[in-house]
Amino acid sequence: MSAIPAEATTAEEKVETTGQYDELVNAGYEHGFITEIESETLPPGLDEGVIRTISARKGEPEWMTEWRLAAYRKWLEMPTPNWASVHYPPIDYQSISYFSAPKKKDGPKSLDEVDPALLETYEKLGIPIEEQKALAGVAVDAVFDSVSVATTFREKLHEAGVIFCSISEALQEYPELVQKYIGTVVPPTDNFYVGLNSAVFTDGTFVYVPKNTRCPMELSTYFRINEAKTGQFERTLIVADEGSYVSYLEGCTAPQRDENQLHAAVVELIALDDAEIKYSTVQNWYPGDENGKGGIYNFVTKRGDCRGARSKISWTQVETGSAITWKYPSCILRGDDSVGEFYSVAVTKGMQQADTGTKMIHLGKNTSSTIVSKGISAQHGQQAYRGLVRIAGKAEGARNHTQCDSLLIGDQSAAHTFPYIEVKNPSAKMEHEATTSKISEDQLFYCRARGLTEEDAVSMIVNGFCKEVFNELPMEFAVEAQKLLSISLEGAVG
Amino acid sequence: MLSVKGLKASVGDEPILKGLDLEVKPGEVHAIMGPNGSGKSTFAHVLSGREGYEVTGGSAELDGEDLFELEPEERARLGLFLAFQYPVELPGVNNMYFLKAALNAIRKSRGEEELDAVSFMRLMKEKLKILHLDDSLLKRPVNFGFSGGEKKRNEIFQMALLEPKLAILDETDSGLDIDALRIVADGVNALRSPERSMIVVTHYQRLLDYIQPDHVHVLAKGRIIRSGGKELALELEEKGYGWIVEGEAA
Repeated sequence: MSAIPAEATTAEEKVETTGQYDELVNAGYEHGFITEIESETLPPGLDEGVIRTISARKGEPEWMTEWRLAAYRKWLEMPTPNWASVHYPPIDYQSISYFSAPKKKDGPKSLDEVDPALLETYEKLGIPIEEQKALAGVAVDAVFDSVSVATTFREKLHEAGVIFCSISEALQEYPELVQKYIGTVVPPTDNFYVGLNSAVFTDGTFVYVPKNTRCPMELSTYFRINEAKTGQFERTLIVADEGSYVSYLEGCTAPQRDENQLHAAVVELIALDDAEIKYSTVQNWYPGDENGKGGIYNFVTKRGDCRGARSKISWTQVETGSAITWKYPSCILRGDDSVGEFYSVAVTKGMQQADTGTKMIHLGKNTSSTIVSKGISAQHGQQAYRGLVRIAGKAEGARNHTQCDSLLIGDQSAAHTFPYIEVKNPSAKMEHEATTSKISEDQLFYCRARGLTEEDAVSMIVNGFCKEVFNELPMEFAVEAQKLLSISLEGAVG
Repeated sequence: MLSVKGLKASVGDEPILKGLDLEVKPGEVHAIMGPNGSGKSTFAHVLSGREGYEVTGGSAELDGEDLFELEPEERARLGLFLAFQYPVELPGVNNMYFLKAALNAIRKSRGEEELDAVSFMRLMKEKLKILHLDDSLLKRPVNFGFSGGEKKRNEIFQMALLEPKLAILDETDSGLDIDALRIVADGVNALRSPERSMIVVTHYQRLLDYIQPDHVHVLAKGRIIRSGGKELALELEEKGYGWIVEGEAA
């Protein structure tokens, strides 16, 4: 069991019982329950006072407060990016509440102290933390409404010297580590959403893997947005010191709400010499109703820095949720012989829009990158792959392979591809392959003539299409991702 | 087994089948022959439920069930199998996985237990042996990159595995060289049984050198205009379709 199984465990049970199939199709968004829990929420609005309040409530060091304020002042001058192929009404940033914390004077010392309603939410999500401790070998730093309320496996990780905690905690306990690395991959001025995140982020995850250490388990954080109108600004910072290895899983669901919910996370990865970071995401946020109303806006900046020689960063993502996805997990290949990978499956259906892809910035010698992007559009789904491969002048012997495939279901969906390639070193080897295909009537009939339903057929063809990406996911995640995909495409044909 | 009465079907506004009658009893092999455009493939498609054809009259029952009330997958689960003239490629879908899913869908609908991976492998090995096929096709994506002969062999293999009551072979011989034709025909013969009926749709008599039909029908202009034993096929081979079609018109 990993964080994601929430989705899929339920789904699997249902799928195997034929009678409940219809129920499943009509179920809509399964995780649309709302936990009634008392929250302490700041009134909507953003100014320097709000930022100081957030920083003070979290007991942050002075430099952090100043860092936030500096980011805020820059943000005020930044324009909203409008180059992506997505459309949405302007967001009123003053109508958002920037802080929401479950009410508890002191942090819980054990699970017994955690609000039972919270625990119940985890139960519904299928991640009973107590059982997870014993079972899965997956440590969960569960982020619930911006404040970490429970962390598991801390002890075992502690033995290995791995730090895995909320970023607020890291700011208390390891401020010098945070200060050394935060904002060094994604500076606060990087883009509009990063600026906002840097000013107001309320929590997130911090991971530090010391030299020559293989993290003894897959790390996993469960994100969940639960407070109406509370923008969620997560901040994740993962540092793999020389010769270390860590695999990190991120999975998300959100309850059904009638407001657009903004999510602007920042993820920074740093791999030093010979270190490897594997970052896997399965994202299934609420995509909105049939008219696209109420879904999550997912404006995320994810970037990894292969800072050391022979380091490797690998992004794998399965994106099925959100009304709008704006996301480009990228790699800066700074160290010589470093390796960057991006494996992506993105699904858009209904009125979903996704503009996603990656950037591979080759700076070091003999750096190599691989991009495999699989886009699936159904119904009115709109999707764009946007990828940049840049080979700098000094990046002798750089190699890139890009494969970009789109699969269309029905005749109202669309897929666009925007590859940008900039090569400043003549020794570079670049390969780019792109295909667009459609699930044909012939294929569906062929499957049906063999006794399979149309939905089984679609799911089979789609899973076949995505196989290369699923193969990159950790085992239990891959199984869940397949099921998630089947569920999200149910009823998408015809 | 199969009872087709006065079947009429059209594509768009154009009527293709104009009152077709056919009775097939258990264990029988019927060959349907006819010139191009006579409606042979339409007949096969209408029976299996392909979209794009409108049934405008008549009936078709398989073991008393009205086929036209059923979705294509329901017909397949009832025991109807169509071997495609042009088997469709499914890139990325493993052939073995596909067959297991299909077989289990059919078993489940019959209230039989679904096969686990081990029992499925055992069954598959058994069927490969009957058909004298090797397992090289099974590890590849369904029909993807297969040669014409490989595709047809794959169809026959699916038929062996799914054990239909009624198999319709739609121009299975088209595009096959003589060796491939023999492999396919041997497979079909190996699958003949007192419970299983087959309809072999073909343009040429060639296939019938290897598959001996109990009955031969000539389909022309949307109707069966002549029925007989296997000697009718030989006569057709010798004289062509002209004499019989014209004779009908006169």
